[in-house]
Amino acid sequence: MSSFWSAWIIVLTLATLVVLIWLLRWNMKNYTHIEEGQEMDHEFDGIVELNNPLPKWWTYLFWACFVWGFLYLALYPGLGNFNGLLDWKSSNQDIRSLEESRQAMKEAHEKGMIVEYDRAIRSAEEKYGPIFEAFAQQPVNELAKNEDALDVGQRLFLQNCAQCHGSNAMGGQGFPNLTDNDWLYGGEPDDIKTTLLQGRQGNMPAFSGQFSDKQITELANYVASLSGRKRDADLVQAGKANFAVCSACHGQDGKGNQQLGAPNLTDNVWLYGGSINKIEETLKHGRNGVMPAWKNILGEDKIHVISAYVYSLSNEE
Amino acid sequence: MSRFKHEFVEKNLGWLSILMIIAVSIGGLVEITPLIFQKQVNEPIKGLEPYSALELEGRDIYIREGCNNCHSQMIRPFRAETERYGHYSLAGEHVWEFPHLWGSKRTGPDLARVGGRYSDEWHYVHLMNPRNVVPESNMPAFSWLAENKLTGEYTAKKMEVMRTLGVPYKDEDIAGAKEAVQGETEMDALIAYLQSLGTALQRADK
Repeated sequence: MSSFWSAWIIVLTLATLVVLIWLLRWNMKNYTHIEEGQEMDHEFDGIVELNNPLPKWWTYLFWACFVWGFLYLALYPGLGNFNGLLDWKSSNQDIRSLEESRQAMKEAHEKGMIVEYDRAIRSAEEKYGPIFEAFAQQPVNELAKNEDALDVGQRLFLQNCAQCHGSNAMGGQGFPNLTDNDWLYGGEPDDIKTTLLQGRQGNMPAFSGQFSDKQITELANYVASLSGRKRDADLVQAGKANFAVCSACHGQDGKGNQQLGAPNLTDNVWLYGGSINKIEETLKHGRNGVMPAWKNILGEDKIHVISAYVYSLSNEE
Repeated sequence: MSRFKHEFVEKNLGWLSILMIIAVSIGGLVEITPLIFQKQVNEPIKGLEPYSALELEGRDIYIREGCNNCHSQMIRPFRAETERYGHYSLAGEHVWEFPHLWGSKRTGPDLARVGGRYSDEWHYVHLMNPRNVVPESNMPAFSWLAENKLTGEYTAKKMEVMRTLGVPYKDEDIAGAKEAVQGETEMDALIAYLQSLGTALQRADK
């Protein structure tokens, strides 16, 4: 803050307090030349005004407020650029990037300033840091057997993941079920962790331009038949002829490709619905499933624990 | 001093008003006036970009539908908040917001950093009917947004107004504004806006 505005705040604040003190003192003296408790020659509708002093409790409260006010202004930041004798702040000011935020936190700590927010973060780190550190030492599949870790993981899951995957982790249309053994991008501990850290971007192209409605229907029937469902044999046969285009991602046998996130089409698990209508819709318009990246939001330690929780859902002992 | 009678201000309405206005305005003069001239509340954070034409339209829909009545956009510097929502909000993130949408009531969660947290698809499903993804949600559905198409009639005008308020829009941004939003649905615009919220801080931290 420039020294002008700092002075502006200081002068106005202190002047106000001084004027109020004067006002209180002025009102405590008796200027009326009438004794206390006597009538003031002021009558209206039979009601007379007495010359009573200010109530004592009220006056003392007023003085107490002044004491409190001056103490506050001495100890805490209130007077312009003066930081207060305690060197206390609620949070770091004038931050313009995350880097500056980290820097300010470090500096405040080194200089022994009290920054309330930083203090809360630090004490939480001291309390929970070692717990997460211990969790981080264990590989995800081992951690998935640790009840404490799973409790923590579940809470983090409910807070951050349940919005899409549901509080029972069974997903919904367009949002994968995490409790079955069907994995778009792999179900190994490392795969799950990578998915959480970096996110995933699925890309099923739209085929409405390339295939006619009839061909789409044939393809949909063939795809449904891959999961062992009984479909019209002619349609299935016709659809199979065009499946070569699909096999680039889903493989000749339709078993998918976890490198690309191309779903296995033979297991009767349908992310976007398995009715012929829904399969046709997927073929016509394509699908773009996105798993957001959580590394910057949650940090690696928490993601490690969530990975263990997610892993445990389909790998119960 | 003793010659000044309290009776005087009690009986002169003009003087009473003037003295009252002075007394009442001191708080504002101390707490508000200096802020208008502070660098830290007028300078953008590193990497902050003005809303794109589509995001700006989305922001207007956000206001029109009253989203800010239930969702704040202000993460306070408390651990309980930053654990859930991310880094506390910075003054420099909101310098181009006219009006700002900080709010003070949270029926739903804070949205200051909702950008990138969920996929576009999720936002679509959620806005069509929140209960489809969050069964316990009491948020209303906003399904008509998917039907209403933007014409872009006033988009350029809005950006020009923002520019007079200090948002650094370039001429080519404004020239291409109508084309950028025409034919998009209000849903697209709102999702684009939501996905942009609070992302500048993270983006600049490379």
